[in-house]
Amino acid sequence: MNVLKIATAGSVDDGKSTLIGRLLYDTQSLTNDKVESIKKSSKQKGYDYLDLSLATDGLVAEREQGITIDVAHIYFSTAKKSYIIADTPGHVEYTRNMVTGASSSQVSIILIDARKGVIEQTNRHFFINNLLRVKDVIVAINKMDLVEYEEEIYNKIKKDFQTLNEKSTYNEQNVSYIPISAINGGNVVNKSADMPWYNGQTILELLENIDTLDSQQSTQARFPVQTVIRPKTDLHHDFRGYAGKLYGNTLRVGDAVTVLPSLTQTKISKIHFYNSEYTEAIAESSIIIELENDVNVTRGDMIVKTNELPIVQKDVNATICWMDDKKLIEGAKYLVQHNSNTVLAKIEKVKNIIATDFSGSKVASQLSINEIGNVNIKLSKPIYVDTYAKNKLNGAFILIDTASNTTAGVGFVI
Amino acid sequence: MNKTFTPNLLESESIYIFREVVAQFNKPVLLFSGGKDSITLVRLAQKAFYPAKIPFPLLHVDTGHNFPETIEFRDKLVAELGLDLIVRNVQDSINTGKVKEEFGRYSSRNTLQTVTLLDAIEEFKFDACIGGARRDEEKARAKERIFSVRDDFGQWDEKNQRPELFDILNGKIDHGQNVRVFPISNWTELDVWKYIEDENIEIPSIYFSHKRNTFLRDGLIWSQSEFVYQENDEEAIERIVRFRTVGDMTCTAAVESFAATIKEVVNEIRVSTISERGARIDDKRSEAAMEKRKQQGYF
Repeated sequence: MNVLKIATAGSVDDGKSTLIGRLLYDTQSLTNDKVESIKKSSKQKGYDYLDLSLATDGLVAEREQGITIDVAHIYFSTAKKSYIIADTPGHVEYTRNMVTGASSSQVSIILIDARKGVIEQTNRHFFINNLLRVKDVIVAINKMDLVEYEEEIYNKIKKDFQTLNEKSTYNEQNVSYIPISAINGGNVVNKSADMPWYNGQTILELLENIDTLDSQQSTQARFPVQTVIRPKTDLHHDFRGYAGKLYGNTLRVGDAVTVLPSLTQTKISKIHFYNSEYTEAIAESSIIIELENDVNVTRGDMIVKTNELPIVQKDVNATICWMDDKKLIEGAKYLVQHNSNTVLAKIEKVKNIIATDFSGSKVASQLSINEIGNVNIKLSKPIYVDTYAKNKLNGAFILIDTASNTTAGVGFVI
Repeated sequence: MNKTFTPNLLESESIYIFREVVAQFNKPVLLFSGGKDSITLVRLAQKAFYPAKIPFPLLHVDTGHNFPETIEFRDKLVAELGLDLIVRNVQDSINTGKVKEEFGRYSSRNTLQTVTLLDAIEEFKFDACIGGARRDEEKARAKERIFSVRDDFGQWDEKNQRPELFDILNGKIDHGQNVRVFPISNWTELDVWKYIEDENIEIPSIYFSHKRNTFLRDGLIWSQSEFVYQENDEEAIERIVRFRTVGDMTCTAAVESFAATIKEVVNEIRVSTISERGARIDDKRSEAAMEKRKQQGYF
């Protein structure tokens, strides 16, 4: 089944909730009772249109404040694929939520209010999509109805964004520009009759054409062992299988593999999924692997192809996005969780704070919540990583506060 | 012969989550209601650990007002798969005075379950409770994490949730805390039904069209039962119905349906324009009913 994960980000007023509501409404994903309640609420507020933003606005606290306070997940599907939207707020204090939403998404929609054009928040959203290497970015220039559907305005904003894009170092990113009117539905699911000058795809058309497996199958195979399966039953007395989720690429029976950290070399003897055996499994498979030799493998180990070893290191240089109220300071100790491997870590050096508007960095010795910077980390035991640019899932880790147990930050190996 | 395994991405994610639970926690438990979502969880858990047995017990918090078909099904499933089942009864919480039975037109033991659940967690020292909640069900659930930390009182603090990035699940907790785990967070109702169809999973008969004595109230179809309050003028007649979601009898409304096979059910859901929880009487109490119950420790 095809599942496409989308991150949306936007400021409070640029119509993000309305856009999502519109996507749901025009794909017939909203149920009658929901549509009825939207109609009722819209009428109560005296609107002469359907307030589709009500399709997603969730918690009581949010309705009271009229804002979105956290990452919400929204689902809809077409005949072609299933979509999961991670909806994140756009205020400055919520950078961490945007990073969270973008981390699991293959596509990102950046909303721009046509009346305001590219603003500071646009820079920040785009910067985060660059940092997290989100493959497809859709720049949706919204509220075209409020600027008389002027092509000139669309062109100006597109040009400004292209200037911004020149600062990006992620050249493989696909950036598309679509003029929309979420409130009227123009160019969201259906083509807008008000913008005949726009010949490109609607948002949904573009989403439908994105290859969901493309970004998951393109690098080296990494198999972090989650747990060891030893049934110890009469039927499977000597069974010893390694359970995990395969990332990056295919593994086959007979592949020469190396187990990290022991560097033991062996071969894959069997690949299981439930009660069947396979000769190969592609990326994203949650499988069980058996190895030829009787080697000692435990949770936290990683199985890779012998000719594709990752970097094994105890000194990690990473870009960190900080997510905790307690500041990141030099000398502090945290747990680093990288795939199934968790090790104790010490912050050696905070080198700088990187501005989220592409304007560069400044020297710093600590990071506050929602700040991003380059940090050197010393680990008690090695981790087996790739750079984030090379292999996303093997190049990212989280930092856990040993006192509060919270996820305090996320790191991208450089 | 070449045989390539191509994953169902949702199934793959759920299996990954199950394995993280077993690796990161000492005493996990699967909260089993006898409904289709928890039955799906059991199948996914089988797949995650096969050929080993499912390495944790099932816990059923029984309100005493369940459909008899659900209980029969539960016992059969447990026997067939050789699972460990723990049952804790809301009636016992009522008997010991920990909760008070509700009376009147909308009386239900649904909210009382929370106390029985929290007691069971404490009794067995469970540190991870696996549940079948999905984010598409309800707006408070749309904000739920996959690993959702609860404090000593079982409370959910929605403003202070741990960020979840990539596939990385942080299960670190203090003694006394526990985590609610939702392996099918990203599944929709239709995904679950399609999976039940594809996998040929057996489910309780009440999910299929059958004759039942029911009465109408507030536009919903209520089952006639000794547990369900019924006014004199609320006349019950036999209708052809099925259940789309199964809680206990006091909080689950039926839908009129002729769908008698899983294929017909999937088709019905596909074209349906009424949401699943539209048939949940417990959610109709107020707009924020679920959010409030979750803050208090409801599952």
